[in-house]
Amino acid sequence: MDDSEREAIQKAKAGWKTSEVTAFQARRPERQEVFRTLSGHPVDRLYTPAEVEEGGYEEKLGFPGRYPFTRGPYPTMYRAQPWTMRQIAGFGTARETNRRFTYLIAQGQTGISCDFDMPTLMGYDSDDPRSVGEVGREGVAIDTLADFEELFEGIDLGEISVSMTINPTAWILLAMCVALAEKRGTPFARLSGTIQNDIIKEYIAQKEWIFPVIPSMRIVRDTIVFSARHLPHYNPVNVSGYHIREAGATAIQEAAFTLAAGIAYVEEVLKTGMDVDEFAPRLSFYFISHSDFFEEIAKFRAARRIWARIMRERFKAKRPESMRLRFHCQTSGASLTGVQPLNNIARVAIQALAAVLGGCQSLHTNGWDEALAIPSEQAMKLALRTQQIIADETGVTNSIDPLGGSFLVEAFTDRIEREVVAYLAKIDSLGGALACIERNFFQKEIADAAYAYQVAKERGERVVVGVNKYREEQLDIPFPLHKVDPEVERRQIERLTRVKAARDTARVHKLLTELQDVAREDGANLMPITIEAVKAHASKGEIVKALVDVWGRYAETPIF
Amino acid sequence: MDQQKVRVLMAKCGLDGHDRGVKVVARALRDAGMEVIYTGLHQMPEQVVNAAIQEDVDVIGLSILSGAHMTIYPRILALLKDQGADDILVVGGGTMLPEDIAALKAMGIAELFVPDTPLQDIVRFFKELGTRHRARQAADGAEGPRR
Repeated sequence: MDDSEREAIQKAKAGWKTSEVTAFQARRPERQEVFRTLSGHPVDRLYTPAEVEEGGYEEKLGFPGRYPFTRGPYPTMYRAQPWTMRQIAGFGTARETNRRFTYLIAQGQTGISCDFDMPTLMGYDSDDPRSVGEVGREGVAIDTLADFEELFEGIDLGEISVSMTINPTAWILLAMCVALAEKRGTPFARLSGTIQNDIIKEYIAQKEWIFPVIPSMRIVRDTIVFSARHLPHYNPVNVSGYHIREAGATAIQEAAFTLAAGIAYVEEVLKTGMDVDEFAPRLSFYFISHSDFFEEIAKFRAARRIWARIMRERFKAKRPESMRLRFHCQTSGASLTGVQPLNNIARVAIQALAAVLGGCQSLHTNGWDEALAIPSEQAMKLALRTQQIIADETGVTNSIDPLGGSFLVEAFTDRIEREVVAYLAKIDSLGGALACIERNFFQKEIADAAYAYQVAKERGERVVVGVNKYREEQLDIPFPLHKVDPEVERRQIERLTRVKAARDTARVHKLLTELQDVAREDGANLMPITIEAVKAHASKGEIVKALVDVWGRYAETPIF
Repeated sequence: MDQQKVRVLMAKCGLDGHDRGVKVVARALRDAGMEVIYTGLHQMPEQVVNAAIQEDVDVIGLSILSGAHMTIYPRILALLKDQGADDILVVGGGTMLPEDIAALKAMGIAELFVPDTPLQDIVRFFKELGTRHRARQAADGAEGPRR
């Protein structure tokens, strides 16, 4: 669009505002002075081509599967196959979670997603004093390879992709995955899946950590290098914004802090001398799909365009696969309510639609019971059906990036890109993501945003149906919630004791000592020795403890 | 130290790392004029109780979202009792079902707040509870900090 055309539209719009709009406002005022997105940005009454920023079609949008990938990472997207429907599952012991995996696959889920209990996430064995009351509660308890085998009994790891929501201990779970593949004769080239393994966002938002920042980055580096060399279809990192957002950040902060973490991981691996095109294609991302429909769609598109530019211009990547951002998505847990919980079904459906219109590769939809308990089978089935209805009944999968060209969506995409890029420049000026963690920069931004949001919500500026509008007196939980089996902890501890009794403990100790030697040698890769250790049935707590003895533990400086 | 200000220890016990709520509440309490100390994450019950006694607080605000509340709250109460500090009030927040809330209140937890409780209600509760405690402490005599 040339300047004169833009000016003509702007002039006409101004004229429309002073005549028709003003006349109508006299009869019926608009509901608010200023309308804002969930992240606080003013929303115009109407978007025209004049509100879309400069730049040609191919430069800004182009084609899916081609730089800058704004419209999608693949040339055919859902016309070839829908996003992976990947409902998370994890509770109790491996056997119970295995049953849930099987159930979900039978209901049409196309990828597995596993969540682990707090002890497993934090590196404590089920019999550790710190694990009391926590075993098998928030996720599945995995102490040794024996548990991992049971978790995937009857499931061919070469046939279905498995995503594991695990961070400081991710490398151990990856080692178990590799060990199991070896045992079963599953070729490494057929192993498909992800470990979340994004330790940066732990320090910022999810707060699962063990070791200090530097050795933790080294672990992530080792998994990326190992994966690049041996696991061609595996994503060793899922650089995450979901948790940053759920901790209270805005959409802009979510995108910016996530991409900043991505940059930090790329830099870390480049230090080994590996070429960027060797590992970048397998970096994957994970964003939230929140309530503000258009803002979220624009966020996904902006993230793809920004990352493509970063990979090409900052890191000089040559392969298109290195530049294309692929992401898993989950609808927002914190936006769901404990009151009038069936309302959440509508929320999830709309957020899921935003994720699809934003071009996600993989999606978990929350259960209606998200605010009350970990999801029941019934809630997960309904959430899965929600995805299936979107995929099979709505037609939105028949054409790629169907909202591309919407004046609002393109204006939002441009604006989000500009603001995220500005944030990235700021993070760079402060020394990069790791320096920002140390300075509590991210943490303070998030705490401020969380507080501002809460205040706005309580002032009624942010409506939450059922909470501050359309309230009902009675609390109602319409279907049974998941119940935690009180025997889980005891059963798991017994199992761990049996596994330890049956193994060659001398060999385990020898391997753990070797692991410590490898840890002390910064250039060495931790994966091979960890794989040997898990095969010998070293427990994750023992592995972690051996390394805590070398590296110590991270201590946060809490701010609020 | 301002003797009149209500003193609160905000704490996160257990392995759960979700700290959005505890930080928002901590800030609201501070903005309302209370003295707030935040322990940070991953505290053992013993650490929380020791900090509460050392900091001479009126109220402990405990946030637990991991489902381990039926283990942790009773432990905190038992430790406070053991140390002769069971005048310190315990308030909780997080994801809990109504039946658990009832059970914990019967055990002696002063109140439990679930998500979407208005901040002003929480602030008011802490202020009333804390002010009464501070007054009782003053009335019991200036014997210095608890041993």
